[in-house]
Amino acid sequence: MRRVVVTGIGTVNALAGDVPGTFAAFRAGRSGIGPLTFRDAGRLTIRVGAEVRDWDEARFTPSERALYDRVTQYALVAGAEALAMAGLAGPLGPRAGVIMGTAAGGIRTWEESYRAVFAEGRNRVPPLVVPRLMHNAAASHLSIRHGASGPVLSVASACASANHALGLALQQVRSGAADVMLAGGAEAMLCFGGVKAWEGLRVLSPDMCRPFSLGRRGMVIGDGAGVLVLEDEAHARARGARVLAELAGFGTTADAGDIVAPDPEGAARAMRAALADAGLAPGDIGYVNAHGTGTLLNDRSEARAIRAVFGGAAPPVSSTKAMHGHAIGATGALEAIACILALTEGIVPPTAGFETPDPDCALDVVANIAREARVEAALSNAFAFGGLNAVLAFRRA
Amino acid sequence: MDRAGIEAVVIEILAAQLLLPPSEVAPDARVDDLGLDSLGKVEAIFALEERFGISVPFNANEPDQPDFDFQSVGSIVAGVERLLRG
Repeated sequence: MRRVVVTGIGTVNALAGDVPGTFAAFRAGRSGIGPLTFRDAGRLTIRVGAEVRDWDEARFTPSERALYDRVTQYALVAGAEALAMAGLAGPLGPRAGVIMGTAAGGIRTWEESYRAVFAEGRNRVPPLVVPRLMHNAAASHLSIRHGASGPVLSVASACASANHALGLALQQVRSGAADVMLAGGAEAMLCFGGVKAWEGLRVLSPDMCRPFSLGRRGMVIGDGAGVLVLEDEAHARARGARVLAELAGFGTTADAGDIVAPDPEGAARAMRAALADAGLAPGDIGYVNAHGTGTLLNDRSEARAIRAVFGGAAPPVSSTKAMHGHAIGATGALEAIACILALTEGIVPPTAGFETPDPDCALDVVANIAREARVEAALSNAFAFGGLNAVLAFRRA
Repeated sequence: MDRAGIEAVVIEILAAQLLLPPSEVAPDARVDDLGLDSLGKVEAIFALEERFGISVPFNANEPDQPDFDFQSVGSIVAGVERLLRG
């Protein structure tokens, strides 16, 4: 079976516009959560989020700006960083593809268009609304920009989208359908309508995100993108690429139960499936990047699932969402990058905002301060609304 | 609206979510005993907001419900009364 390695990573998120800045924030346990600044944010009940700040649209030409929703812009910047790190330049050709996750796609474009025709009574919207808002826009523009003409598609599985995208991309390389895949997720849901929709579920925190901590008040939404270059190991070695880590396994299950409430059994099955796919035993795992949304229900359910898989010997766990926010369809890609930090530099990024251990979440939570540890393998969890679970297993190169 | 009027509306809203006739939701009933799930709860809160023109400060992550006690018909009625008084 072909082994699949990670040879490049790139990101844009609330912490930084690139990987070095994001790693620095992970090391420091810094949070990117702050007051929301977009139009009409003052009309919201929830007014905090992990926004990408000071975004410079001028890096794109006027014709590109007409065509790229913010979600595509984030994906393109993250993708360029990942390819540069991998030492790959386009055109990548038919043996390369792209799979990107997103939950809301071009939601800002929907919002601006509806505002124009409904609220402002205008009779037309810009002509490129459809190609801007379609869910596959980010994947397609990555494909176009870098000449990747193999398997290209988008994945929408809510909060598990990026993990599903990475897992499916792993399978493309493993099966021989492609040698190189750009994969990850992008999300730009922090706009008035996006947050207004989430408010209704009553699961957003009004201040901070405190995963696994007593006193947690819910999730905080983030924006951003993460892109990984996945590559057939032999292909990477032959061209002398630096291998950051191996993407060794993927487990995906469905609860087939409630549309929003998590089920620890489905989560545990996904973790076990990822371990089996990677040929790893629970004892090999040195770090779990949890889904850890900071809601009462998720964290309790996930803690039960982790204990079910690892027994009393669960490895250190952290949720980096308290730093980059819950970037919904992109979050798994940001968390994969956190796992790469643990594997390559022996730094386990912390759970920022942690106050007091919750007896309902009896785990070794890496709280507030990054921990030094040699990590041989890591799991990254994503458990989405819809009962969709996707877990990735990474191994040290 | 007086307390009895508010109580009747609260019962009507809970009953609609529970697919029960209002007569089967007792004024002293507890929400968990009625079997209302988490989505039914947020839908009921939305209905309260729309019906009374209020904004209910309820966060599903706070088990002790410090801002709006949704645990019983009586506590919901009291909470709505408080919000209506502004």
